[in-house]
Amino acid sequence: MSSIPIPNVVVRKPADYKSDLKPIWCPGCGDFAVLAAMQQALAALQIDPKDLAIVSGIGCSSRLPGFLQSYGLHTVHGRSLPAAQGIKLARPDLTVMAVGGDGDYFSIGAGHLPHAFRRDINITCIVMDNEIYGLTKGQTSPTSPHGHVTKSTPMGNPAFPLHPLALAISSGATYVARGFSSQPKQLAELIRKGMEHQGFSFIQAMSPCVTFYDTYKIYKEKVYQIPADHDPHDREAAMRYAMEADRMPLGLIYQSAPAERPAPVEPKAFDTLAYLARYQA
Amino acid sequence: MIQKEDLIIRVAGESGDGSNATGEMLAQAAARSGLHVFTFRTTPAEIKGGPVMFQVRASNNPVRSMGDAVDVLFAFNQEAWDLNHEALAHHSVLLFDPEEFTPPESYTGPAYPVPIGTIAVEAGNRRGKNVVAMGVVAAMFGLGLSRLEAIVRAKLGKKVEYLESNLAALQAGIDYAHSLQRVDNLWLDSTAEHERYVMTGNQAIVAGALHAGVGFFAGYPITPASDIMEGLASTLPKLGGGYLQAEDEIASIMACVGASYAGKKAMTATSGPGLALMGEALGLASMAEIPLVVVDAQRGGPSTGLPTKTEQSDLNIAVYGGHGDSPRIVLAPASVAECFHLSAWAFNLAEEYQSPVILLSDYSLSFRTETIEPFDLAKYPVLNRAQPEGDLQPKEYQRYHINGSFVSPMALPGTLNANYTATGLEHNEFGSPAYTPENHVMMSEKRWRKYDALRSSRAYVRRFGDPIAKVGIICWGTTAGAARGAIHLARQEELPLAMLQVQMISPLPVDAIQEFIDSVEVVLVPEVNYLGQFAKLIQGEMGVRVISFTRFAGMPFSRLDILRKVHELMGIAEPVID
Repeated sequence: MSSIPIPNVVVRKPADYKSDLKPIWCPGCGDFAVLAAMQQALAALQIDPKDLAIVSGIGCSSRLPGFLQSYGLHTVHGRSLPAAQGIKLARPDLTVMAVGGDGDYFSIGAGHLPHAFRRDINITCIVMDNEIYGLTKGQTSPTSPHGHVTKSTPMGNPAFPLHPLALAISSGATYVARGFSSQPKQLAELIRKGMEHQGFSFIQAMSPCVTFYDTYKIYKEKVYQIPADHDPHDREAAMRYAMEADRMPLGLIYQSAPAERPAPVEPKAFDTLAYLARYQA
Repeated sequence: MIQKEDLIIRVAGESGDGSNATGEMLAQAAARSGLHVFTFRTTPAEIKGGPVMFQVRASNNPVRSMGDAVDVLFAFNQEAWDLNHEALAHHSVLLFDPEEFTPPESYTGPAYPVPIGTIAVEAGNRRGKNVVAMGVVAAMFGLGLSRLEAIVRAKLGKKVEYLESNLAALQAGIDYAHSLQRVDNLWLDSTAEHERYVMTGNQAIVAGALHAGVGFFAGYPITPASDIMEGLASTLPKLGGGYLQAEDEIASIMACVGASYAGKKAMTATSGPGLALMGEALGLASMAEIPLVVVDAQRGGPSTGLPTKTEQSDLNIAVYGGHGDSPRIVLAPASVAECFHLSAWAFNLAEEYQSPVILLSDYSLSFRTETIEPFDLAKYPVLNRAQPEGDLQPKEYQRYHINGSFVSPMALPGTLNANYTATGLEHNEFGSPAYTPENHVMMSEKRWRKYDALRSSRAYVRRFGDPIAKVGIICWGTTAGAARGAIHLARQEELPLAMLQVQMISPLPVDAIQEFIDSVEVVLVPEVNYLGQFAKLIQGEMGVRVISFTRFAGMPFSRLDILRKVHELMGIAEPVID
């Protein structure tokens, strides 16, 4: 995990993680900054693209795997986490990341979220949260504010937004952080630390949609840095930050020791005859 | 007269009263004494209580169905009599617990009271009713009498403190049987010992999967598939495989998609309700060409339906249940041996064709035990997906490269210079999203035409019966066992009858089916569902006329059901059955 160059070994720069595909996002989309922050984190850890698997669901942000040098798995709407867990359980040697949007993780795929938290499998999950459905052109999302007028809620959003970070902490997540695409350096740092964390790491990346719900201005007024004296191991204090609605604390909110895991078992050949002996009449 | 050649014993009672355990132990004893065994059971959908029955068919010849009339009914209570007496043949023997009920005077066959509770108490084991009952039945009818002690020992396992009292109960049952004044002469001699396995369908599916190299399983509990999950939960982690009890069926299949993408042979097992939830992910596996195996142990539907009864009604969802044109392979075993066979081949086909494969079992097959001959493992090669060969240059690898077979080498994560993104979006040969009409046509052809060789294969059809026959039966799944039984009965009447068992429902082996249809005058398609789903599939794909024959009462066909229908079609009198 050292970033000190070893002689005769290629040193990967952030740009080396870029694929040939050009992102399809609108100019100004927050997701560009998240993509760049991921490249920074990958370069900081010198992850070999051949050993990196990035899984996504459906939505603007879920197109991200194709834009990075990695093994990508662009799945169906909301189901990136089960697929990512399948990859990590099958191949613990791989670095596994899951990316997507607030619709993916907090609406259609919300049922998978608490289970990913409580299993604590070593995956880094980045939610690009824009509080809107962008790909389907502007419907309300599970993190849209109450009263928010969209094409699907013309009378205003009758529901109240979720608190994803609180959900994470209460479900047993061991690494919970929030970043903002306008503060890419911190976001890259939070992603890197999440990747170094040996359990499930959950990063909510506030990533405005310039076309259907431009929140840059709102976020810039709401965000603030979590004070340096906050102890991320203090669950109650973390919960208070996570539940804040009027303001948006940024940084590492909660972290605890990842779950103990049994040592991986080397794959063994199966002896069919020996196994069948138990069924001998 | 149809010659009796085997013995069918049904033990009926209430869930939890030991009747099921009696049947299970009798089946084990019969199998250990060299008999062929085929069991059938019904259980209520309730958590506790409700009527149950366990039927053992034992024979010196191979048995392929549950049989017809019951030769011996052991009724533990009044309800057991009420629900089961119609299954008795006129020569049948009734055993009943006189402390629970008295058979009606209208029953004139041989009947023996067996006060199992009292016998057990007198033997000093008031919980030993099932062992007493097993001793009585085995001693009266010859089912593996010499093996009973071993069965009791095996059942108790490490609980040796109960051995003495159980052996006492067993001996009390045997002594009671010998004290009876017999008015019947039923007895089944067993041949010499023979090496066989006694397994359920679900156990055979697990064994087949392990043989084929399953490396990952994810599942969610559902009747009747849960014990496939449990079987792999206890074996896979020790072999270095991955295992996940997922939060739902969508997560189960998505975890399999992930694991298979990463290079492991992945499997999930469910029933109809779970398969319905898996539809979208199956489409992803078709689109991204990801190998995986889904077991659907069918039960009565729709919705929660009859969760503890059998049905063959998921054929449509298995074959057609996807949005868009989403190809998949669908296999259907007819017996416990075929559960092993097709489970192993499901993995091979998934790997060879980079395709989702659905294995359609059913409730009756999941739980029934059969004696099966040892497998010739040389016939079960383990096939693995094609991977790119040699060193790749950057930007050279095309995950979906179109070649003669339409199956493209699949790089696994960790391979240098083969990075690609598998996607459910339409894509070009590199895997990158591409939406032009020309590309969609080309890639659709690729996804479908890779099965061409499989469609014309004859490996998944089996013909039985006479080479020349007026009536031909086309079967899939467990109904094939009853149809083979019908052929056997027809032979005794010198009635020619032919049958084609189709093990692969999709892609449909049309050449082999056409050849069979051309060889007979009338085609009968029996299946356990309302619609006649397979009959409609054949008619739709092949433009031929077949006669659909359906049952949908939660029970499998019997061989007599089918033989009667054949008689009706041929305009001849009903078969006479002893």
